[in-house]
Amino acid sequence: MLVVLGAACAGVLVEAFVPRKARFLSQVVLSLASLATAFGGVVYVATQLTSRGDGKAFGTVAAEGSVAVDGPAVFAWGLILLIAIFGVMLFAERRLEGGVSAFAGQAAALPGTSDERRVSERGLEHTEVYPLLLFAVGGMLLFAAASDLLTLFVGLEVLSLPLYLLCGLARRRRLLSQEAALKYFLLGAFSSGFLLYGIALVYGYAGTVTYAGISEAIANTPGDRGLLLLGIGLLAVGLFFKVGAAPFQAWTPDVYQGAPTPVTAFMAAATKVAAFVALLRLFDVAFGAERWSWLPVFWVVALLTMVLGAVLAIAQTDVKRMLAYSSIAHTGFLVTGILGTGAVVTGDQITTTTAVLFYLVTYGFVTLGAFAVLTLVRDDAGEVSTLAGWAGLGQRSPLVAGVFALFLLSLAGLPLTAGFTGKWVVFAAAMTADAWPVVVTAVLTSALAAFFYIRVIVVMYFAQPRGEGPTVAVPGFLTTATIAVAVAATVALGVVPGPVLDLAAHAGEFIR
Amino acid sequence: MGALSFLLLLPLVGAVVTAVLPGGPGAVLPKWSALAFSLATLVFGVVLAANYDNGGGTQFTEDHTWIKAFGAHFALGVDGLGLVMVLLTVVLVPVVIGASWNDADGANTGRQGVFFALILAVEGLALAVFCAQDVFLFYAVFEATLIPAYFLIGSFGSGERRGSAAVKFLLYMLAGGLVMLASVIGLYALSARSGDASYLISDLAELDISTNTGRWLFLGFFLAFAVKAPLFPFHTWLPDTTAAATPGTSVLLICVLDKIGTYGMIRFCLELFPEASRWATPVVVVLALISIVYGALLALGQDNVLKLIGLTSLSHFGFIVLGIFVMNAQGLSGSIFYMLNHGLATAVMFVAAGYLIHRSGTPLLSRMGGVEKKAPVIAGLFLLGGLGTLGLPGLSPFVSEFLVLVGAFEHHPWTGAVAVTGIVLAAAYVLVAYQRAMTGPPRPELAGVGDAVPREVIAIAPLVAVMLVLGFVPQPALDVINPSTDRTLEVVQP
Repeated sequence: MLVVLGAACAGVLVEAFVPRKARFLSQVVLSLASLATAFGGVVYVATQLTSRGDGKAFGTVAAEGSVAVDGPAVFAWGLILLIAIFGVMLFAERRLEGGVSAFAGQAAALPGTSDERRVSERGLEHTEVYPLLLFAVGGMLLFAAASDLLTLFVGLEVLSLPLYLLCGLARRRRLLSQEAALKYFLLGAFSSGFLLYGIALVYGYAGTVTYAGISEAIANTPGDRGLLLLGIGLLAVGLFFKVGAAPFQAWTPDVYQGAPTPVTAFMAAATKVAAFVALLRLFDVAFGAERWSWLPVFWVVALLTMVLGAVLAIAQTDVKRMLAYSSIAHTGFLVTGILGTGAVVTGDQITTTTAVLFYLVTYGFVTLGAFAVLTLVRDDAGEVSTLAGWAGLGQRSPLVAGVFALFLLSLAGLPLTAGFTGKWVVFAAAMTADAWPVVVTAVLTSALAAFFYIRVIVVMYFAQPRGEGPTVAVPGFLTTATIAVAVAATVALGVVPGPVLDLAAHAGEFIR
Repeated sequence: MGALSFLLLLPLVGAVVTAVLPGGPGAVLPKWSALAFSLATLVFGVVLAANYDNGGGTQFTEDHTWIKAFGAHFALGVDGLGLVMVLLTVVLVPVVIGASWNDADGANTGRQGVFFALILAVEGLALAVFCAQDVFLFYAVFEATLIPAYFLIGSFGSGERRGSAAVKFLLYMLAGGLVMLASVIGLYALSARSGDASYLISDLAELDISTNTGRWLFLGFFLAFAVKAPLFPFHTWLPDTTAAATPGTSVLLICVLDKIGTYGMIRFCLELFPEASRWATPVVVVLALISIVYGALLALGQDNVLKLIGLTSLSHFGFIVLGIFVMNAQGLSGSIFYMLNHGLATAVMFVAAGYLIHRSGTPLLSRMGGVEKKAPVIAGLFLLGGLGTLGLPGLSPFVSEFLVLVGAFEHHPWTGAVAVTGIVLAAAYVLVAYQRAMTGPPRPELAGVGDAVPREVIAIAPLVAVMLVLGFVPQPALDVINPSTDRTLEVVQP
């Protein structure tokens, strides 16, 4: 984590001192190298974890109780770093638009002004995006491992602020992009407010901000819990906003649509990992003893999120928006997985933590791949994301359409793809906790959700293109590699999920 | 690698090979490759059947751990029921390929390789379904069959509505499948609670499932199979799909894939949830009877010959489900045999109708007429399939229909009485259709129509032969079926 943040700072220095021509290359190399080093570090840390207590959880609480280095945290770190590496690769793709990246030349130049024309003529670009991404990644790492409420809050802000900026930097459709960034920022600031207020209330109740301390306080203080419950509620609001769970999902479609597609890919995959691990840790470790008062809320949130995501996705005519709503539905499935926390687990049964971690892996790679494909399909005005514009893609470029169809089928949860095994584990986790009404609803919404994934396939394969139809840009090496890895992961996790599943199971429980 | 893995890998490898061979309009290489792989599968299937021991229970078993955390195994094996379905599949696929020889040429995609590869993919996955001895494996391949089937309907069907028909098909199937998924996960929860999770059918049969839970799980499985089979009122995807798909695809769908529904009812509903099956019997029997009569009545008024055959299948699937749920030896044996025979007779009808449509350019009976004079062989084949469908003695469907009816009468006289009307109506719809399309003076549009060419006759001949042989000597088939029937009944009878 320090490596990433350090590299981010180094990136700022590079931005300041390295001549403009060399900046792009040095930034990309620096980012990739630091992420890879950090990944190596995570693997090393993973082998050094020591078992604690009953043997189910291992790791230590570092930095005076503010950061927990345990199985799930290390697992999440590895995943976030992997996604970030591919995120950088997508960011660095310059071949698609004739040698420039997907980001605006100079964000301050107003769209359509002479300023902007001058900037693009000079071929300027924001190489700041790489340090920004690194800062976001650093925030995510902190967020996923936060073991006290203040660290949680710091992590959240460090991850969010760069994302707000990145969202507004699209080269094409600047206004939409800037609007998305503004919306994200305003709503994000609201949610931070909720979170902060929640932290204050919980501190007021427990007199401490560490998770272990809160858990102890809950166990030792019978009686009036009004303050605690209110605090939990507000914290939940803040975190549900971050993961995009209903009824706090409203920002998702606009931001996903408006942000530059590489940013969307990175954000959709990585933020979800960090936020869900943080959510799970907070509610399991700190509020675990109070489970029976917050689980019903999660039931409702899971139901609402799935149904809302699936129903609204049907009405979408834009592929990016459709994927955004689909991500809301998937958030619902993940929350369904959390419902398993109350279950009595025997033997080597699937636990909630295993299920959610594994689902995050499957979802992360599929999402990354799907958005990467989105960057390829374009016409004169840039990326084509309207559904009608995709008509006939299956005949023009069978390979790209086939790959996208694979991702869609995986999102729909067809067997032998990653999406199916992922869905299976979260549903199984919920089922062991007897949450079968939610599982049945989840299954029905999956059927509903299948409709809009299939509609895209229908458009790609069975519809005749209107006029010219979309063309597929030939991607550079970096994008190709990203897509190839995503495809391989989708198939491998569908057919032989065993190793990753074992890894997720091996990550064990959260330490307390 | 076990014999059964080899059997199902053969067509799957064939699918890959066929798909990568150079396609393009007019290419013949993919066709021959597909035919060769399907024939090899046929030969291997027949060799397996020859080595099958009638008294031996589940055979050719193999078992590899697949996903340990789920308790999923890659476990294969066949008993009498499975073997019959495997044989039906391996026999029908070469026929489909032969009969569809030119179907993909006209498709606008110009990729016949893909068409034939999809057929082989369906074959391999269907074989896996019938051999699976593990619920998770069964579920995974069961759902996976949908993808090639979906593209077969959507990419290569005929008519404007093929896209929407494909979507309707897939949504019905997915909805059914996902309901089953809830039950499959429920089984996991139960199995994990009682110790180590395992999805092997043999392990699940040992589970002690409470009455209420059993009924819920049963419902999940049953609904999925009822959509698949199809059973009234879950059948509405059927006419649209058959009308939109090529006749060859329809053969695969109705004669092979839909059998997974009735196969699953026996294998999972009866064997895993005997109590719940008995509990559901009255309702299921009524639904089956409605299917029989309703399907036949709809067929009687149908002008599109492909839809007509689809609807007759609704009626026949009613018979099969009825035979399964009356739960006596005659009914169940009859049903399993019926699954085989219905596949043969319906395939003959579909293929003959396909030849006809190919020539006349219309699927509407009212636009045909007098085909008998122009193309006597095709008309004859259609009649033969039709007579098989209506249960003419001497053709194999008769035997199975007879057994099912005996079983139905044993269950309750009224059940048998209603079911018999299905036979009467069958005679009506087959003969009326034949009369409208084939007899009388040839219509002027048919002037240029020629009779079946040798390739078409050769493609269909094996089916006719098997139908005749099993019609006169059904005993070998029944010898395979009966032991597994007895085993199932032991489980399910109180």
